[in-house]
Amino acid sequence: MRHIISLLLENEPGALSRVVGLFSQRNYNIESLTVAPTEDPTLSRLTLTTIGHDETIEQITKNLNKLIEVVKLVNLSEGAHIERELLLIKVKATGAQRAEIKRTTDIFRGQIVDVTSSVYTIQLAGTSEKLDNFIQAIGSTSVLEVVRSGVTGISRGDKALSI
Amino acid sequence: MELLSGAEMVVRFLRDEGVKYIYGYPGGALLHIYDALFKENEVTHILVRHEQSATHMADGYARATGKAGVVLVTSGPGATNAITGIATAYMDSIPMVVLSGQVGSNMIGSDAFQEVDMVGISRPIVKHSFMIKHPSEIPEVLKKAFYLAESGRPGPVVVDIPKDMTNPAEKFEYVYPKKVKLRSYNPAMRGHSGQIRKAAEMMLAAKRPILYAGGGVIMGNGSAQLTELAKMLNLPVTNTLMGLGSFPGSDRQFLGMLGMHGSYTANLAMHHSDVILAVGARFDDRVINGAKRFCPNAKIIHVDIDPASISKMIKADVPIVGPVDSVLTEMVAILKEIGEKPAAEAQANWWKQIEEWRSSQGSLFPYDKGDGSIIKPQTVIETLYEVTRGDAYITSDVGQHQMFAAQYYLYDKPNRWINSGGLGTMGFGLPAAMGVKLNFPDVDVACVTGEGSIQMNIQELSTCLQYDLPVKIVTLNNQALGMVRQWQDMQYSSRYSHSYMESIPDFVKLAEAYGHVGMRITRLADLKPMMEEAFALKDRLVFLDIQVDTSEHVYPMQIRDGSMRDMWLSKTERT
Repeated sequence: MRHIISLLLENEPGALSRVVGLFSQRNYNIESLTVAPTEDPTLSRLTLTTIGHDETIEQITKNLNKLIEVVKLVNLSEGAHIERELLLIKVKATGAQRAEIKRTTDIFRGQIVDVTSSVYTIQLAGTSEKLDNFIQAIGSTSVLEVVRSGVTGISRGDKALSI
Repeated sequence: MELLSGAEMVVRFLRDEGVKYIYGYPGGALLHIYDALFKENEVTHILVRHEQSATHMADGYARATGKAGVVLVTSGPGATNAITGIATAYMDSIPMVVLSGQVGSNMIGSDAFQEVDMVGISRPIVKHSFMIKHPSEIPEVLKKAFYLAESGRPGPVVVDIPKDMTNPAEKFEYVYPKKVKLRSYNPAMRGHSGQIRKAAEMMLAAKRPILYAGGGVIMGNGSAQLTELAKMLNLPVTNTLMGLGSFPGSDRQFLGMLGMHGSYTANLAMHHSDVILAVGARFDDRVINGAKRFCPNAKIIHVDIDPASISKMIKADVPIVGPVDSVLTEMVAILKEIGEKPAAEAQANWWKQIEEWRSSQGSLFPYDKGDGSIIKPQTVIETLYEVTRGDAYITSDVGQHQMFAAQYYLYDKPNRWINSGGLGTMGFGLPAAMGVKLNFPDVDVACVTGEGSIQMNIQELSTCLQYDLPVKIVTLNNQALGMVRQWQDMQYSSRYSHSYMESIPDFVKLAEAYGHVGMRITRLADLKPMMEEAFALKDRLVFLDIQVDTSEHVYPMQIRDGSMRDMWLSKTERT
């Protein structure tokens, strides 16, 4: 099963390499990884998605928690949560295609953020699944470039990952 | 408040931390620190002949005392030479602080002379690592390094020190930090009481319980509590290779080591048990054999300071995260409070079964003693046990001799058996013995080794002379890399691919060349008297080159991917 694990990490050089190194060292896989500073300048927020059996995920969270620079950790997939990924996609848009792509973008509630006479660049946020569906709906023949941010997320309700 | 340079702070901190010896080798990046050491009287530096030995010396000291050993190596090759020793300590959870020199901070990343990314290269084999960014942070970072190395599940910590951080011309305020805190590091201080009670009740209700104790009991100072618990419940006890000495090896309740080369009795008792109390052990692949077939009827209670060790290889039914000493103390207290004993009949039946297994073999580790025309390696260890009255510190290298030393020397006390269990590092034994002898000059320290392993760090014979370290080197010389050859015998139709050496040196002359005493023993009749003579030479290093049976194998040997009870018992007989 796919899990979204989110951590608060000491904002120190080398901390990220320890997280990434752990995954290759122990033969775990990372599907996506995002990291950025938080409102507290001493902390970074890192979110990763990984796929594995429950026992593997348990080992992943235990080993991440062992890293000295990991301050706090939550497996978002264990509770109600909001998941978002940002997609920027550049597609060929000429002739009748232009209207069709615009319609599809509207249906998915995306925005066309850049336009040339033959190309649209579309921005779309949502779950990874929604982004997959959008790319499929556009059709592979017209896609020129795909950029995805990787998954980030936050738990629903009162729960918050903070120190 | 004092003003000190970074170099002086390093040295002063070590003194204030109570460090007596550090082990190292100088080089360009460290010259400021070595100059500060020159003026220091309380911290003694031991100059090894290769940085790997510095780490093993520190490691030997740490295993004998539980305190962090301290290593000082220069940048580049000094740092990379230390890697094997750091990995050795990491795999066995040994506290160690490694101070590595680094090129000046303005040169980092420029492929400077003797530059290597030490923090990067050591990352997968350290508990944590630091790079000094400003000289004023040296005391606090070093305090954190010691705290991390020694607390929780111990391990090696690297502190990389760029040369400009130790500049003697720049002075900063120095205060010894008595305590440090890391907000993200809180090792468990005690186990969960509810879980401990559940475990105690399971042990009372068990019909065929067994206590399986590992190196965590030794590093966690839990031997006394473990022994008390075992005595209280009359439990059969088995130890891992790393756990030997955590329960008295000569006690009736001790079934010997378990696992790949464990005793028939211990492996069968494990296989047939209904409750396993695992303490400070990690269900290593060399212990459990095939994970799928492991102890089919056993419920597992697993006590460990490291949550990631629990349910890693084998799922625990009752996990208890906590320091072994406090968890076991609490378990004993709960059992006293409950005030019940295990059912007498079940216990009698279980012990009867165990004694049948033990007596069916004659002893825990039976072997063919032969006609006496040739020295059996097992006999050498039994003789060593007699000659040292079972009271020596024994270090070993890696291979058949290591297994024999684990099987035939009975360790009644913790911290006496010192070997590289996890990484299996040849070349570990001699420097580890030196580290022990330096810190305990009045005790017998013997390094059990082979003619292969000893040559991996034999240059340290020179260090032994310089610092007067009269260890005894007991070499089981079988003219081959015995364990490799054993596998080649068993799995490769005796095709001895590169497992023997055609140019083994004359160890007696070699020992003499280094200024020590060398003795060659070829006849069984000479074994005991010559070994006694060697140990009587209290102030001399003696290199015993003992010519042993070249075809001996280590038994029992578990059959790969089988259950605990599937073993070869001799070259022709299996369970």
